[in-house]
Amino acid sequence: MPDKDVAIVGVGQSAFVRGYPGGIRELCFEAYREAMQDAGISSKEIKALIVCCAPEYDKQRSPSGLINEYLGLNPSPTFMVESLCSSSTTGFAIAYSFIKSGLYDVVCVLGFQKMSEITSQDVQERMGRGADVMWESPYGTSMPSYYAMYAQAHFANFGSKPEDLALVRVKSSTYGQLNEKAVYRKKVTFEQIMSSGVVSSPLKVMDCCANADGSSCIILASADKAKEFSKKPVWVMGVGQSNAPMNLASREHMRGLECARIAAEKAYAMAGVGPQDIDVAEVHDCFTIAEILAYEALGFAKQGEGVNLIRDKETYLEGRIPVNVDGGLLSKGHPIGATGGSQIRTIVLQLRGEAGAIQVPNAEIGLVHNIGGVGIYGNVLILGR
Amino acid sequence: MGFEKFGRKSFTAITKVGEYVDKLESGEIYTTHCPKCNKTYFPPRMDCPGCLSGSLEWAKVPATGKLVTFTNVNYAPTGFEGDLPYLLAVVDFDGFRMFGRLSSSMQGTDIKVGMSVKPIVVNYDNGQIAHEFIAAE
Ligand SMILES: [Zn+2]
Repeated sequence: MPDKDVAIVGVGQSAFVRGYPGGIRELCFEAYREAMQDAGISSKEIKALIVCCAPEYDKQRSPSGLINEYLGLNPSPTFMVESLCSSSTTGFAIAYSFIKSGLYDVVCVLGFQKMSEITSQDVQERMGRGADVMWESPYGTSMPSYYAMYAQAHFANFGSKPEDLALVRVKSSTYGQLNEKAVYRKKVTFEQIMSSGVVSSPLKVMDCCANADGSSCIILASADKAKEFSKKPVWVMGVGQSNAPMNLASREHMRGLECARIAAEKAYAMAGVGPQDIDVAEVHDCFTIAEILAYEALGFAKQGEGVNLIRDKETYLEGRIPVNVDGGLLSKGHPIGATGGSQIRTIVLQLRGEAGAIQVPNAEIGLVHNIGGVGIYGNVLILGR
Repeated sequence: MGFEKFGRKSFTAITKVGEYVDKLESGEIYTTHCPKCNKTYFPPRMDCPGCLSGSLEWAKVPATGKLVTFTNVNYAPTGFEGDLPYLLAVVDFDGFRMFGRLSSSMQGTDIKVGMSVKPIVVNYDNGQIAHEFIAAE
């Protein structure tokens, strides 16, 4: 049984779209409205707002001040956290500790990114600066090329193949078609994936997720408040975090992401469960190879054997451990600061039995794996009902 | 000053390891080493987190290393488009690793993880300078 001291009482997410037709404050309100209606509470209950985003995409300096005002949450405190693509699970970990310490009893975690806020030329320029700008960016690095090097190393060390990566995208497309909030809802075939152009070998266009605009909102509460508000609270069982060197050259190996493996180890230890206990998982599939690496880091498969799970369809809805049955980042799109919150929302809906067409029968324990940068920041959460 | 010359396009001008570029200009590739901790660092740094020393020694990079992984890039961030396609790689030197490009002369050759490569100094057409790697045989 999970420790029942910090609960999730409300979840919300905007549609993930290309070019949101509004400003960042309005984009944030979309997820906030849904989460507040889900929780059934008034804004007076929110004691702190944690805004999660990668601020280099915003024209607004210090967006948390503006967003707190627009959500009507003054005079309660707010601030921003950033850990690239894992910003909103980092915000979630802070919210957990606020509640656990007793400092605040209800905390709102709001993740967003409006990647269309700046020109695509400017997005391209920022893309190169996600590595050590002194020693690696000067060679022309990008997220796809870093994950491509992990894919190349996985192929060489373990015999995995481009075809295995394509199978991950086929699964994503199967479920992305069902997700009305996903940016990419078209069916894609194995042949289409295999014949898509190479971005950075061995990764192809269809091995990569799309940029999107979007927001997510998670409301956490103490046990007392959760009992007052919610018929179906979802409890926080485990929070694991780790950080790996930003320089690829400083990492000890390229066989997988150490930040994810260590974060998982910590989350499992805190929750008192193991990989065999997880009924449903959301993992950070910004690239197809990232999902294979996640299977291994989380212990769903042994190192080097992650491809067997996708070959045998074990991570489909009917399989042993359903993964990313909401379409994952590959289909939903990846609005950096909003992504982790979207993953949490999916798991919460699963644990409440409210996931509709993608419901995993009788799911009791769920896991979120959210990675910032190319294996720089690792956050793993375990949630239970 | 001086470090703005490092790489195809630099984002940094001032650092305590700016001597790295001076050494490249004289055709040599060095990194730094802490004698007290017996640890070699790449990227080079003057500060050791092990013993808190602030003046590490320069040490020559070995003549050959092993290719850990690589990728052929077809899609570049702003400022690098003119170089496409180019190869990025991680190379192991038994104790530390380096990041850099594989020589453009290796484009189209049979590149394999585990192969032996050597570090070389490359002068780019815009006056920039960097280390790259090339097949050792
Ligand atoms: Zn030392």
